[in-house]
Amino acid sequence: MRKYLAFFRLRFTMGLQYRTAAIAGMTTQFAWGFMQIMIYKAFYETQPDAFPMTFSATTSYIWLQQAFLALFDAWMMETEIFDSILNGNIAYELCRPIRIYNMWFSRSLANRISRAALRCLPILLIAVFLPYPYGISAPVSVIHFMLFSMTLVLGLLVTVAFCMLIYGLTFLTISPQGLRIMFTSMVELFAGAVIPLPFFPEKVQKIMEILPFAAMQNVALRIYSGSMSATEMEKAVLLQVIWLIILTSGGSLLCRYAEKKITVQGG
Amino acid sequence: MVIRMERLKHGLKLYCHYVSISIKSMMQYKTSFFLTALGQFLVSFNVFLGIHFMFLRFHTVNGFTYSEVLLCFSIVLLEFSVAEMIARGFDTFSQMVRTGSFDTILVRPRNEILQVLGSKFELTRIGRMLQATIVFLYAVLHCNVGWNFAKVMTVIFMIVGGTAVFSGLFTVYAAFCFFTLDGLEFMNVFTDGAREFGKYPIGIYGKKMLLFTTFVIPYALVQYYPLLYLTNRTDDVINILIPLCAVFFLIPCYAFWKFGVRHYKSSGS
Repeated sequence: MRKYLAFFRLRFTMGLQYRTAAIAGMTTQFAWGFMQIMIYKAFYETQPDAFPMTFSATTSYIWLQQAFLALFDAWMMETEIFDSILNGNIAYELCRPIRIYNMWFSRSLANRISRAALRCLPILLIAVFLPYPYGISAPVSVIHFMLFSMTLVLGLLVTVAFCMLIYGLTFLTISPQGLRIMFTSMVELFAGAVIPLPFFPEKVQKIMEILPFAAMQNVALRIYSGSMSATEMEKAVLLQVIWLIILTSGGSLLCRYAEKKITVQGG
Repeated sequence: MVIRMERLKHGLKLYCHYVSISIKSMMQYKTSFFLTALGQFLVSFNVFLGIHFMFLRFHTVNGFTYSEVLLCFSIVLLEFSVAEMIARGFDTFSQMVRTGSFDTILVRPRNEILQVLGSKFELTRIGRMLQATIVFLYAVLHCNVGWNFAKVMTVIFMIVGGTAVFSGLFTVYAAFCFFTLDGLEFMNVFTDGAREFGKYPIGIYGKKMLLFTTFVIPYALVQYYPLLYLTNRTDDVINILIPLCAVFFLIPCYAFWKFGVRHYKSSGS
């Protein structure tokens, strides 16, 4: 465990170094959130009764999504991992007395957390001070906030576990491009990154909520703004735990299988 | 004058040669080419699905119907992908500055923009264009545009003007590299952001946004005003020609690029 913690610490401090990149990213995300809110506002003004959640819940959802983008962004896979599989550097890592799965998991986790740590506070701070329906409102209750923090962590773990599955598959196919594009587009849509899940038609939404993608950002962001009932929350958290167990065990099995089969590329 | 025309002709021929080499080299990796094109398709397909599902719930937005929004979305996407196909060399320009390979361009007796653009012709954007074309055809069939010569010209002018605006923005993006050595991520707000949020008529973003996109970066000239004409919201024929005015946006962009070239200090080895 200690060696994986060391990997985590190393990556985390490394990630904190890129401050200019963080500022640039933040401005982009702020503009993105702002424009997104304008779109929902236009829809809300045309037809307020068709809105599946309150307007202020929607804006909170959007700001939280922008603030914690680095935690859940499906595009943010580790190119280093793909590269090491392609150019053969993976051989060095296989020599070490560590589990590849655990090492990559802690590394991805650290990368995402360090990025989010640099970016989330300023965005949240600005969003808090925006005038009422446009900013981020306070959580509905203390319990909601605690549940939000818990599901945020669970969602992050599910996201990383899912990415690990794709890294594992790369071992078997060598060319990661196709897989990567297919999966990231799927994650984007089904996780609620394109539009929040409640905006989908009810039948589609019912199916989407069972899938692992809904266990990523969807749960936490919706719990915060109080647009989930108590039973819905219970079910969502349970699904998050179940998917986390399935994805991590599936991923580590895949990694172990791939490690035995692996042909080291390059020279 | 004759000499000028001669040079232009020669330049065009050279550019076509660059493009053909670029395509040939890309075709050496066919799988990679198709996968990237597919990726381009899927990314914008998500945007399309977003619009589609929103309109299953809402009937209109600010008076614009589903097919009118699709018309808008597909034209902007087409403008963007054509611009990206041509001006992709600017997108990866930061590498050229950092590695110092811009030096080799400067010593050649040809226009430097021609060479930068020729360095990379991105045919993979065809995936995005394909999508834009399909959505456009769907929108055309379902929209009550009442097509006539003037409206067809409007669409053509929109595509020309829009390609100019996006190409101009790519030029500015590249010109910044002369000063910062690296691409500035916030410029994405103006390129990728415009593609993403140009899917809805700019009018829905409010008055201030409309003013900004009319006078500062002329997106509205190639999207909102001609769209009003296409969807019969106004009869004013000036709207047909407005998108062509956006081509003037290239002038300040070009000036900024020239300014940047003059300040270029070689880096790398």
